[in-house]
Amino acid sequence: MSDLENFRRETRAWLEANCPPEMRRPMTSESDTYWGGRNAKFASEPQRVWFERMRDKGWTVPDWPKEYGGGGLAPAEHKVLREEMAAMGARSPLSSFGIWMLGPALLKYGTEAQKKEHLPKIAAGLIRWCQGYSEPNAGSDLASLQTRAESDGDDYIINGQKIWTSYANYADWIFCLVRTDPTAKKHDGISFILFDMASKGVSTKPILLISGYSPFCETFFDNVRVPKSHVVGQVNRGWDVAKYLLQHERAMISGTGERGIGRPLGQVAADSVGSDDSGRLDDAMLRSQVAAFDIDEAAFAAVAERAIDLAKAGQSHPAFSSAMKYYGTELNKRRHEILMSAGGIDALEWESERSRGGARPRAWLRTKANSIEGGTSEVMLGIVAKRILDLPGA
Amino acid sequence: MPLVLTEEQSMLRDSARGLISDKAPVSHLRSLRDSKDETGFSRDLWKAFAELGFSGLLVPENFGGSGLGYVEAGVVMEEIGRTLMPSPFLSTAVLAASALARGGSDAQKSAHLPDIADGSLLAALAIDEGAKHRPLQTNLQVARSGNGFKLNGAKALVVDGHTADLLIVAGRTGGAAGERNGLTLFLVDPKAKGVAIERTVMVDAHNAARIEFANVEVDADHVLGEVDQGGTLLGGVLNIGRGAVASELVGLSEEVFGRTVSYLKERKQFGKLIGEFQALQHRAAQLYIDIEITRAAVLKALQTLDGDFDHAGAAVSVAKARAGTTATLAVQEGVQMHGGMGMTDQFDIGFFMKRARVCQELFGDSNYHADQLARMKGY
Repeated sequence: MSDLENFRRETRAWLEANCPPEMRRPMTSESDTYWGGRNAKFASEPQRVWFERMRDKGWTVPDWPKEYGGGGLAPAEHKVLREEMAAMGARSPLSSFGIWMLGPALLKYGTEAQKKEHLPKIAAGLIRWCQGYSEPNAGSDLASLQTRAESDGDDYIINGQKIWTSYANYADWIFCLVRTDPTAKKHDGISFILFDMASKGVSTKPILLISGYSPFCETFFDNVRVPKSHVVGQVNRGWDVAKYLLQHERAMISGTGERGIGRPLGQVAADSVGSDDSGRLDDAMLRSQVAAFDIDEAAFAAVAERAIDLAKAGQSHPAFSSAMKYYGTELNKRRHEILMSAGGIDALEWESERSRGGARPRAWLRTKANSIEGGTSEVMLGIVAKRILDLPGA
Repeated sequence: MPLVLTEEQSMLRDSARGLISDKAPVSHLRSLRDSKDETGFSRDLWKAFAELGFSGLLVPENFGGSGLGYVEAGVVMEEIGRTLMPSPFLSTAVLAASALARGGSDAQKSAHLPDIADGSLLAALAIDEGAKHRPLQTNLQVARSGNGFKLNGAKALVVDGHTADLLIVAGRTGGAAGERNGLTLFLVDPKAKGVAIERTVMVDAHNAARIEFANVEVDADHVLGEVDQGGTLLGGVLNIGRGAVASELVGLSEEVFGRTVSYLKERKQFGKLIGEFQALQHRAAQLYIDIEITRAAVLKALQTLDGDFDHAGAAVSVAKARAGTTATLAVQEGVQMHGGMGMTDQFDIGFFMKRARVCQELFGDSNYHADQLARMKGY
C-alpha cells in the first residue's frame, strides 16, 4: 500500500473517531460557522470539541508548516483530507479570513517575526481578522484608495474610511491597504499594514443590507497610531501583496459555487412542487433548470479539483482564480434563483418560524453580493481577457 | 488521481497531435469533401494510425493491442477534434474494440481484436433508429430462426457504416420498446444477404450510413454477450462513445476558440483591433472559462470510466452535456466574431460548426443527458 493510501486510511479512521455526529450534518444557520477570535463563543459542545481536536492536529490549516501551527501536510495529503472530510460531510472546524486570505499572504511576504506572531494565533482561532480594502470611492478601481498613513517617527498615523469590511464589528485585527506615498502613481504608493481593531481611533458601523443582515461595516480611522514594523512586504509595494491576497480571496469566494446545501437541489424542489407518477419533478421547466444547474455544478467541482492539481503540477495560470471566482459566484446566484422558484410562495416569508426567519429569501439576497465582492464579475472577465487571453487594450 | 494528464498521456497527445496536424489538417477534410471521395477518409492515414498503435489503443495486449484506457482514447479524440480529421478511430478503435473487449467470447475476441489492432478490420456500431438517440427504444425485430436469428429493421447514423467489414447491431429479442431487458447485440457481416447499406452524405462531410436489415440470418455464435441482456453491455459501450465524442468536442471547441481569439487580435474596425472592444472581450473570456470547465468535466468522466466503470454514468452525462453546449457556443461565437468571413465556405470555421452539430446528436445531445442526469438523481 502506498504512503498516500495509508494516509487516507488513517485519516478516515481518525475522522470517524473524532468528528462528532452533529458536525457531519449540513449547516443550517449562521451560528453553525465558528469564526474564532477574542470574543468567540461556541454555539454547541460538539462544535467546541470538533474545533479543539482539529486545532490540536494542526488541521484548521492542514497545509501550513507545523512551526506556525499548521498540519504540515503535503498537497496530495491535503487533498486526501479534504476528500475524506467531504465524504463524511464533516464541517470546517474554523472559518477565518486569517486562514483564507491573510495567512497565504504572510507566508509569502511576511517577515519571520510577523509569521511567528500572527500565524499560530490564526491557526488556533485566537484572533479574528477583517480586511480593509474597499473605500467609498475605491470599489472596482481599488488602487485609487485614499486612506492615508503618515510617518511619525517609528509609527504611522492612519486616517480615512473603509467600506464593505466583512464582520469588522467582530474582528480583533485588520489587514489594511493604506496610501503611504500620495505623490506616487496610484499602484505605487500603497502599503499593506496590520493593526489591532482595539486601537484608539478605530470605529465601525454595520451596514444594513437587502437581506436584513449586516455582514459588512463602514470602518473609520481617526489618527490611529500603528508601528511601522506592522507593514507586510515593502513600504509602497503593498499592491503586490494585495493582488496576491485577492487571488486567494477569489478562490475562497468561488468556493461558494461548490458548496452543497446538504440536500440535492432536485429533492428540495420536489418537496415543494411534487413529482409525477414516474418520479419526475411535476414542473417540466423547473426540472430542466435544475438539471442544467446540476450539470454545471458538477463540472465546476471538476474544474476546482483540476485547478488545485494544476497548481501542484506548476501548470496553473495565476489569473485563473478570476475565472473561478466569476463562474462560482454566478453559479451560486443561479442556485438560489432556482431555490426561490422551487419554493414559490413559501419562499417569500420573511419572519415566520415556519420559514426559519426567512432563511431562504435572505440567503438568496445575500448571494447577489457574490458577483460584486472581491472583484465584480465584469472585473473578473476583464482580467481573464487581459491576462490569460492577452487581448489588446484591456 | 490528479485531474491532469500524466506524463505518458501528454506524450501520447504530442505524438497524436504531431501526426494529425501534419497529415490531416482541416484542408484534408475539405479535399475529401470536394472530391466526393468514396471512402471519405484516408486508408493510408489509418495505416499510419495503426503503426503508431492508435487503432489498438483499447485492445488488450494479449490480443495485439496496447491495452490503454479511456483517458488515452480521449486524448486521441481531442486531437482529432482539432483538425476534424475523418477517421475510423471512433467507430472501430473505440466503439467496436471496447464492445468486443467487454462483451465478446474468447473466440470473438480472437477473431476480430487482433485485426482491429493492426488496422486491417473496420467496424461500425448500429444503434439509432429514430431521429433522436434513444437506445432503449431499439425496435429492430429479432426472431429465432433455426439455430440462430433473423433480423428485420433499419438503423440510421451508423458511423462509418459504408466501409465497415463488421457491424455490431442492437436488436430487440424480447421486452417492449423502452425497456432495457430484451436488448441483444449481434455481430453481422455487412455482406450478408438482406443487408442494404446506403452511404449518407452528412452536413459535416464525415462518414455515416443508413442500413436496412431484411430477414438477415445471424448464427447463434454471433451474439455479442448474452441474449436479452445486451442492455448493460450496450450502455457501457455508449458511455465510452460519449466520453470519446465529448473529448472530440473539447478539442474542436479549443481550436475554434484559438482561431477566434487570434482573429480578435488582428482584425481592425473603427481604427481599433476588435479585441479591444469590451463587448467581445467579455464574451471571449466567458467562452474560455466554459471550455476550461468542460475540459475538467470530460477528463473527470474519462478517469471515472477507467477507475469505476459501473458508476461512471453521471460523470459521463455531465461531460457529454457540457461538451455539447460548450461546443455549440464556441462555434456560434466563432462564426459571429469572424463576421462575414465566418459565413464563407472558403474559411474553415464553418466545418467546425457542422461537426459540432453532428457530435451533439451522437450518443445523446445535451438535453438527453440533462434528462438522464435528472433521472439518475431521482427527480
